[in-house]
Amino acid sequence: MTTMKRATFGKLLGSLALLLAGGGMPAWGRSGWDELNLPHGVTNVSNRIYALHMMAFWVCVGIAVVVFGVMIWSLIFHRKARGAVPDVSLTHSTKVEVVWTTVPVLILVGMAVPAARLLVRINNNTDSQVSIRVTGFQWGWRYQYLGTNVSLISKLSQSSNLARQLHSGLGPSSVRHYLLSVDHPLVVPVGEKVRLLITSVDVIHSWWVPDLGVKRDAIPGYINQASFTIAADRPGTYRGQCTELCGRDHAYMPIVVHAVSPAAFEAWLKQQSAVQSEASAGAPAQPTSRS
Amino acid sequence: MAEPHDTAAHADHDHKPHGWRRWVFATNHKDIGTMYLIAAGTMFLIGGLAAMAIRAQLFKSGMKLFDPSVFNSLTTMHGLIMIFGAIMPAWVGLANWMIPLQIGAPDMALPRLNNLSFWILPFAFSLMIASFFVPGGAVAGGWTMYPPLMQQFGAAFPMLIFAIHLMGISSILGAINVIVTIMNLRAPGMNLLRMPLFVWTWLITAYLLIAVMPVLAGAVTMQLTDHFFGTSFFNAGGGGDPVLFLHVFWFFGHPEVYILILPAFGIVSEIIPTFSRKPLFGYEAMVYATASIAFLSFIVWGHHMFTVGLPVAAQLFFMLSTMLIAVPTGVKVFNWVATMWRGSLSFEPPMLFAIAFLFLFSIGGFSGLMLALVPSDYQYHGTYFVVAHFHYVLVPGAVFAIFGGVYYWLPKWSGRMYDMRLAKWHFWLSVIFVNVLFFPQHFLGLAGMPRRIPDYAPQFTDWNMVSSIGGFIFGASQVLFPYIIWKCVRSGKPVGANSPWEGARGLEWELPSPAPYHSWTTPPSAAVLARGAEH
Repeated sequence: MTTMKRATFGKLLGSLALLLAGGGMPAWGRSGWDELNLPHGVTNVSNRIYALHMMAFWVCVGIAVVVFGVMIWSLIFHRKARGAVPDVSLTHSTKVEVVWTTVPVLILVGMAVPAARLLVRINNNTDSQVSIRVTGFQWGWRYQYLGTNVSLISKLSQSSNLARQLHSGLGPSSVRHYLLSVDHPLVVPVGEKVRLLITSVDVIHSWWVPDLGVKRDAIPGYINQASFTIAADRPGTYRGQCTELCGRDHAYMPIVVHAVSPAAFEAWLKQQSAVQSEASAGAPAQPTSRS
Repeated sequence: MAEPHDTAAHADHDHKPHGWRRWVFATNHKDIGTMYLIAAGTMFLIGGLAAMAIRAQLFKSGMKLFDPSVFNSLTTMHGLIMIFGAIMPAWVGLANWMIPLQIGAPDMALPRLNNLSFWILPFAFSLMIASFFVPGGAVAGGWTMYPPLMQQFGAAFPMLIFAIHLMGISSILGAINVIVTIMNLRAPGMNLLRMPLFVWTWLITAYLLIAVMPVLAGAVTMQLTDHFFGTSFFNAGGGGDPVLFLHVFWFFGHPEVYILILPAFGIVSEIIPTFSRKPLFGYEAMVYATASIAFLSFIVWGHHMFTVGLPVAAQLFFMLSTMLIAVPTGVKVFNWVATMWRGSLSFEPPMLFAIAFLFLFSIGGFSGLMLALVPSDYQYHGTYFVVAHFHYVLVPGAVFAIFGGVYYWLPKWSGRMYDMRLAKWHFWLSVIFVNVLFFPQHFLGLAGMPRRIPDYAPQFTDWNMVSSIGGFIFGASQVLFPYIIWKCVRSGKPVGANSPWEGARGLEWELPSPAPYHSWTTPPSAAVLARGAEH
């Protein structure tokens, strides 16, 4: 049975590939197929999550090899077609029941210990150098740098927003980082611990950047905390999305984080601060905080 | 093998009403079971069409078939229809048909209640589906109905809540009936630890239903009063707490997933021994494992909420309790494998589905274990990894077990054998394409694709295309299923008095095929019971 399954499957996979190639898919060259796993990410936490994830994965593979191996052995050698005679005396055994209850418990303990350690570490939000209040709204994010007057509203970039409209006539290929680009990215320093205070003004959202290993819900009436420290040698742009269904445009409120050197961050903050205080002085009707 | 008092001649005296009265006023467990199964099949088709629409929209990046809010309605209704409309009624239908046959009872204990619990459903389903066509469209906040988002929908919102109330009442009545039947109508000599596993798992499922359906009703009623009567249970602006809803909902929601899967465990525990020609290994361990899973299901709800910001201690507790579920679940899988070990296996369609269940449900279990680890869950939560996980346990899990159960018992119900070759086609198409459909979703989730989005960045296109193609072929193959049943009932070869499966044990196989309209009007004798109830 298994060989037949494999043969059929191979044939199908082949025709599937042909079908896709015949469809003139542009994606062969540029992307896609190697998007298989979690990113390692650029924080210590995201690296450790990746390691935990791979550990759990290999444990599962190990269990699968043993359990599926026994099953496949039975499927091949204990089949009636091969004249197998059932051993009807094999109906229970307290000994094996005890074994296959305790062995999994031990495996689980082995997985739980590193997971618990990492969990405690992740939820330590003390000693941060930069605090940012993150407020989700339908549909975008507002970032306020605490202790400064700097605040940004970050929404889907104009180009993505045009391309995604139902009758725009534009497609994803017309935009760089389609659906993953914003007008005003969050700017943070590398090498410093950044603490996020996450909340929402309307419905529940969730702030997720896979490379930072941070996902935390933005809930009205709550202020959730999360923190990350981007490795000092990993400045760059990191992208994520809202991961809690929040209405019609849930798919269109991405998150973009620019990680820059601390000096560049200070300079950016100072410049923004000047721009924003000038703007608010010039137009007092423009409220700096939206509720 | 037929009992003398249940001969075909006796069956001629079936006093069954004819025409529409037979169905509308039905009190016979077989008629009601059939109606449940047909209703479930119909809803499976409708929910499946929604799934096809979803997969079409997700075929490639930049696809613009639906407005995003229509897409959200589709995912919401797909979930609700499949859970409440397809899988749960299918289990109740199988329970109606099989529990009396398997425990030697003449019918369900409360036949008129049985009629009511079925006939509530068409109204509930109509209300739910009709909500697609009211101004603003169907509810689009996900089947989990989280506030405050849920509060933003129009006329569909109260319709959905009333539909859920009705379905909840129906489930509770059905569960009461199952419990009363099992507790009171077992044949003399069939003590609890001689009951078939399907009866056991359904008994435990029925208790879960009674425990948690009122919780769901309470949760949605609070949403209703928040919306229409000015309360603030979940409204932060009025001093309420949106997270409270999540706790209440998932206190229902986690036992609910075991409501969907425990009867599947029961069916697989019937099928594997039959086609291994060997009694179930570790019967008592299976019963205790099922009961442990049911108990644990009440203390793990927080694992749906790891990113909500629970205290670390609570996250730790829910992580550990969730991991613990792997133990009794593992015991079940090991016992099934041990049942096949040194058996004499043959691969008729029910067995094929049961074997696929074992492999693929285990894969769903593995991803479940990975999801239990909180730090990893921070990355997986709300992505396609979760979608892959729960579809692996629900489609090749619950749905394959339903297919297996129908292929196993259809000859008993109809007295005819179905087209084996077509059923094997149905199996192979299903098992191959269910993997083409759902396996790539693991990749998508890990690579960063959130769930419940109508459009995505181009790098997710390739695996989405594979998934969609798998989905279309899987969906199309399901058309075979009603055709096979229809063909069997119309023109299948009669199976004769004997059981069509040589390895089958159990009281249902002591009856003629088709099972007479009134079966076990006198309880099975001790000899029959001994033959039928040996494990």
